[in-house]
Amino acid sequence: MIRYIGTKLWQSALTLVLASLVVFIGVRQLPGDPALAMAGEDASPEVLAAVRTQLGLDQPLVNQYLTFVGNILRGDFGNSTRTGTPVVDLIGTTLPVTMWLSVYAIVVAIVVGVAFGVIAERFRGRWPEWITNGFALVGLSVPNFWLGILAILYLAVTLGWFPASGYVDVLTDPVRGIYYLTLPAMILGTALAAVIMRQTRASMIETMNTDYVRTARAKGLGRGRVLVKYGLRNSLIVVITIVGLQLGGLISGAVVTERIFALPGFGKLTLDAVFTRDYPVIQAVVLVITVSYILINLAVDVLYSVANPRIRVGGSN
Amino acid sequence: MSVITAQRTRKSDAEGLGSGRGRVWQLLRRNPLGMAGAVMLALVVLVAVFAPLIAPYGPAEVHFSTPYQKPGTVGFLLGTDDLGRDIFSRMVYGIQASLKVGALCVAVSVLVGTPLGLLAGYWKWLDAIISRLTDVTLAFPFLIIAVGLAAISGPSLTNAAIALGIAHIPTMIRVVRGETLRLKESDFVLAAKTMDASGLRIIFSHVLPNAASAIIVQATVIMPVAVIGEALLSFLGLGIQPPTPSLGIMLSDAQQYIFRSPTAAIFPGLGIAVICLGFNLFGDALRDALDPTSSSRK
Repeated sequence: MIRYIGTKLWQSALTLVLASLVVFIGVRQLPGDPALAMAGEDASPEVLAAVRTQLGLDQPLVNQYLTFVGNILRGDFGNSTRTGTPVVDLIGTTLPVTMWLSVYAIVVAIVVGVAFGVIAERFRGRWPEWITNGFALVGLSVPNFWLGILAILYLAVTLGWFPASGYVDVLTDPVRGIYYLTLPAMILGTALAAVIMRQTRASMIETMNTDYVRTARAKGLGRGRVLVKYGLRNSLIVVITIVGLQLGGLISGAVVTERIFALPGFGKLTLDAVFTRDYPVIQAVVLVITVSYILINLAVDVLYSVANPRIRVGGSN
Repeated sequence: MSVITAQRTRKSDAEGLGSGRGRVWQLLRRNPLGMAGAVMLALVVLVAVFAPLIAPYGPAEVHFSTPYQKPGTVGFLLGTDDLGRDIFSRMVYGIQASLKVGALCVAVSVLVGTPLGLLAGYWKWLDAIISRLTDVTLAFPFLIIAVGLAAISGPSLTNAAIALGIAHIPTMIRVVRGETLRLKESDFVLAAKTMDASGLRIIFSHVLPNAASAIIVQATVIMPVAVIGEALLSFLGLGIQPPTPSLGIMLSDAQQYIFRSPTAAIFPGLGIAVICLGFNLFGDALRDALDPTSSSRK
């Protein structure tokens, strides 16, 4: 198990380095000369050269890359070219919004997905299964931003159950904070819930057909008990895998969800930066998402090996 | 060579029902949901191909005197938007754009992912390198790739499709790699090896044809995700640019005046849902037909 985690660790480290290289090269492909942008269009060649030296653009590429990595490690992402605010502060105010939203959505997705998966298995071939299967198909086929618009129209405006937009800090006012995030989290979690439901159902059916379940049933254990004791425990592995695999989709979904419900999160920061060509912010946003994505996947891999003893032996797959 | 042909025939015999096309047709007949998906897809493709013949107006044709018309108004089947543009016509062209992006995305992921997957599955030393590259690609969620491409060369239909295609290369590599690992051990590959066939020859004339069904199934999985992805990027302003219609742009426009005309937000979403539902239903049926060991029906 330690060897498995070790392998995953160095693989993640290598991925981090390669990803930072991609971002470094990508930023240098961006149109426009940063020195020219800083010094102004009509700067003399001397001023331009001075700005270049100040920005370190006259250094060899290797040195530039090392400076780039050094700055990131010190948490220095530069200042936003649009507002002049340090990029770190911008991330600090927007990232928590997105994290609350994502965690809430994952919780909703797991609860709904696993419950529906169990229902589908328990009532195979009867109407409750058709309903849950229908939900899964709709969840996979309907874009969540459309669902979001419909939810605002019917659940928020017509029925008035939820606020249509806005954000209250979860830490300052937990009750209202969670209330404001409920509709966005439900919308963001729908697709994930659909995938979890399908896989939970598949894993349940597989488990219920195994010999050890037959043995348990034969010695008189009730179907419900078996479902909880064996079926659910096995589907846990599936749920962990899926949450890991779907993280990318979840991050993309969070950006749209924030846009629809006007949440002041990381997605809004990203989109504003792209449309105003705020390069330091774009670079930081890409880096933060990539690094957290790699780290979360590492955590998922480790959790996975804890939950499933078979993987610990085999090393990387 | 006769040994190899015999092996291949026996393999398809074991899977059931004669040739690929016949098998798909038989399965569709037995699977009403798959049939429904196929019909939806056929309709969607017809609409996209014959868009100029079906749409009564041009996609950007404005009628300033008749904005916010309700569906069923004479001359405007699904009503009009804030600029008086015919929603039906815009949807027809939007569906065309969705399929264009979807096809381009599938092309990118198949053309890049298939060779890499074959190589990674066949040669172990290449596997390590390709797996690292896959990991790096997976480290960037598709939206971030799209953000990067939009920042570098501006948002457009092509960039959206390329971003979506790149994001799907890793899964394509994994599917093809898995198939290659499995097929590498089969008797007909062994036979070809004993006849001194080169690695590349084995890969392309023995492994690839047998991996084709897995690639096709994966393509039907990618397609609906790409269609939603295009709508999402266009909704955010990172994809197709106005005045070219896209179902995503129509939704983002409609959100601005949703209380005046809710139906303008409903139809484009329905369009996306029908395309994706069609692909998902048809893809599930296809998976059952081509790959009996899969778990789609479970």
